Amino acid sequence: MFDYETLKLIWWLIIGVLLICFAITDGMDMGVGALLPFVAKTDQERRVVINTVGAHWDGNQVWFITAGAALFAAWPPVYGTAFSSFYFAMMLVLFALFLRPLAFDYRSKIESDKWRNNWDWAIFVGSSVPPLVFGVAFGNLFLGAPFSFDEFLKVTYTGSFFELFHPFALLCGVVSVAMIVFHGAVWINLRADHIIAQRTPKIINISVVVLVLAFVLGGVYLTQIDGYMLTQIADKNAAPDLLNKTVERATGAWLNNYTLMPLTMLLPLSAIALALGSALLVKVKRPGYALLASSLMLMAIIATAGVSLFPFILPSSSFMDHSLTIWDAVSSEKTLNIMLLVVSFFLPLIISYTTWCYVKMWRRVTVQEISENEHSAY
Amino acid sequence: MIDDSLVDLSRWQFAITALYHFLFVPLTIGMTWILVIMESVYVMTGRQIYKDMTKFWGKLFGINFAIGVTTGLTMEFEFGTNWAYYSHYVGDVFGAPLAIEGLMAFFMESTLVGMFFLSWDRLTKRQHLAVTFFMALGTNFSALWILVANAWMQNPIGAEFNYQTMRMEMQSFTEIVFNPVAQVKFIHTVSAGYVAGSMFVLGISSYYLLKGRDIAFAKRSFSVAAAFGLASILCVILLGDESGYEVGDIQKVKLAAIEAEWETEEAPAAFTLIGLPDQDAHHTDYAIKIPYALGLIATRSLDKTVTGIVDLEKAHEEKIKLGMKAYEYLVKLRAGDESPENIAQFDRYKEHLGYGLLLKRYTPNVVDATDAQIQAAVKDTIPPVMPLFFSFRVMVGCGVLMLIILSLSFYYNAKRQITEKRWLLRAALYGIPLPWIAIETGWFVAEFGRQPWAISEVLPTFMATSSLNASDVLITMVGFIIFYTILAVIEFWLMFKFARLGPSSLHTGRYHFEKEQQKLSGLHSDLAN
Repeated sequence: MFDYETLKLIWWLIIGVLLICFAITDGMDMGVGALLPFVAKTDQERRVVINTVGAHWDGNQVWFITAGAALFAAWPPVYGTAFSSFYFAMMLVLFALFLRPLAFDYRSKIESDKWRNNWDWAIFVGSSVPPLVFGVAFGNLFLGAPFSFDEFLKVTYTGSFFELFHPFALLCGVVSVAMIVFHGAVWINLRADHIIAQRTPKIINISVVVLVLAFVLGGVYLTQIDGYMLTQIADKNAAPDLLNKTVERATGAWLNNYTLMPLTMLLPLSAIALALGSALLVKVKRPGYALLASSLMLMAIIATAGVSLFPFILPSSSFMDHSLTIWDAVSSEKTLNIMLLVVSFFLPLIISYTTWCYVKMWRRVTVQEISENEHSAY
Repeated sequence: MIDDSLVDLSRWQFAITALYHFLFVPLTIGMTWILVIMESVYVMTGRQIYKDMTKFWGKLFGINFAIGVTTGLTMEFEFGTNWAYYSHYVGDVFGAPLAIEGLMAFFMESTLVGMFFLSWDRLTKRQHLAVTFFMALGTNFSALWILVANAWMQNPIGAEFNYQTMRMEMQSFTEIVFNPVAQVKFIHTVSAGYVAGSMFVLGISSYYLLKGRDIAFAKRSFSVAAAFGLASILCVILLGDESGYEVGDIQKVKLAAIEAEWETEEAPAAFTLIGLPDQDAHHTDYAIKIPYALGLIATRSLDKTVTGIVDLEKAHEEKIKLGMKAYEYLVKLRAGDESPENIAQFDRYKEHLGYGLLLKRYTPNVVDATDAQIQAAVKDTIPPVMPLFFSFRVMVGCGVLMLIILSLSFYYNAKRQITEKRWLLRAALYGIPLPWIAIETGWFVAEFGRQPWAISEVLPTFMATSSLNASDVLITMVGFIIFYTILAVIEFWLMFKFARLGPSSLHTGRYHFEKEQQKLSGLHSDLAN
């Protein structure tokens, strides 16, 4: 159907789409969870906030699981290298992710303030740690990681956990947390009882300022740090050879793609415009459009990161030629083809029934509704 | 060199997290269909009690489901974090069913589970039943794809090694999906899940019957569980996945180890009911044997033999020697000497490459292995027999006990005498752990029996790890143990609390504890008057 090179490009897009859907859906839940202690004062109010995502958090989380599995299937070397190199960071995310499903499900089953408060903290931690770590991890993709392959392609990482906290990576963490908090606040503004929704504009204003500043600062920062360039690679249609290419490093090289394809400049610019626009839409009381804008903003931010890195996925800072790119860190042509068919069939199906669920559950969750369904709501 | 403590700790961590996850999954698999049955009766008859049953058992299902979802993430992470070389070596094949599981099954299950709990007032009866049904279907599909992936580890067909990319690559997707091991594993595992769900509902319903509470509710739940459970246990036992042990060499090793079948007997082989296997002497002490039984069970025939361990070891020695050849040419090819002659030679031997890799444990160069090293590798190809022998018998024993409990429950329930048979109700209540014991020992037999391989005859487990320090894995393993213990305490406490409370936890005003309260407050107001 497609040649191998095109397939590789398509798979880069598919992984991107899965990550974007994860940010839009599960990111929303995480934003909601991270804001839980700040927007809701009483137990009932907290239940309102939780129940705005009550029916959806589990399905939303599957975007993450599926993105992970797709990464495994399409980019096996990336999966092994990134997860084992960032061992403790990944474990931190994992342990944080443990907390949410249990907290959502268990907190309201017992009528005890202590019990519920503890689970609310679990929701807060489980919702704010993952976006922070994901942001820091994304930042490290730009910085590269010290890893290399032996002749049998077994990967060894020579860095440490604390190396991950480079100022640039931390800045990416700020972008990530700010965008998730912003998105979650817009969702609460749209779907929670007015008494809670009216507290969100303040959060939206602060987070949009932080987000835009951090995002712009990140762009400026990129001009100052080393970027990676793929200067020579063997036939992209042949069997991928992880070790046979030439990679060079130059200050500011991460911005090269924008000069090569000036149209891509639209991505970071629209990210900023959408963030500001979304905040403005909240101000003029059009929360539905604001959510649409903040979703598109997430797409633009992730696409900006992807385009800047292209064609790299994870560069090696110690053995540059061992860097992982979309051309050589991929599965075989056959696997990519089969998985493309599977994705083309199931992705539209998933989006259809997910939409049906959202439509059926669409309403503003009120304090009254919660008190009427005290024993069945989350 | 191979760091043995890293390998051991990685294995322990995976085993602990997988066994733990597998405490919750079977109940989810089984309960979803029980919920579908109950809700279908509600939709067909319109009787409120069946809706209450769906909601109450759904509550218990939810407590279990949350922890199942949570702990499932761990395995996905661990493939990357702790088994990085495995991910590289077989991701091209193994990743596909995992991704399909997400796209086809897990999405459906998870998207609908929230709807199951929270959309009762927002959907029509039929729509809600459809939600429950597709949630159950998603759960079962999920099991299917995970078992397709697992079956490929046991019997890796439809794939070939590519020296250029240094990994296994997919040759035939249909072969992988229709792997005969996957078929039997799927039936066996989901039926075992159905049994777990049934025993759970049966046991807790028995508790209410013993206490004389909510009789109508408990009797109906008991009926559903007895009927569904009996059908499922028959399925598990009759379609036990022993038949899957005929295909693939490693499955044969597993079978021989489970049965402590040292020598190949004349067909049909006898079944060793019980005994004390002695691996060094290749002999089972105090063996009690049933003539013909093993041949019948394992080969479904009277004339096929079950290969014994001694003969398997002989065959493995040959394969290891061929594997050394494969390794020799692989090294040349990787060094860049891709002459047609080298490629042809490598292709000749490459199916045995995995056996060559077994020697890496003893000598990094493989090709210079001494006879003693080869013998040590041969010994490694047979997993420890004793734990497999006994685990298997524990599993079967539990299965037989459950068959008895479920048959009697079905029989006396059909005769409407179940409330009089208090001994049976007690057996059902205290029998609740049986499916879990069977399932965990069954998992152990399947996965420990696969050793020394991560992928049978392809990739030894000790090579599959990440390049981590053993201490890294130790730290996370301790973290898992602490965290999982806390989770288990919370889960058990909630489960016991709600199971004891029964349908009164729905706060409908129709069930035992609330009626008690109404009676009391009635008395109070009478007194006041």
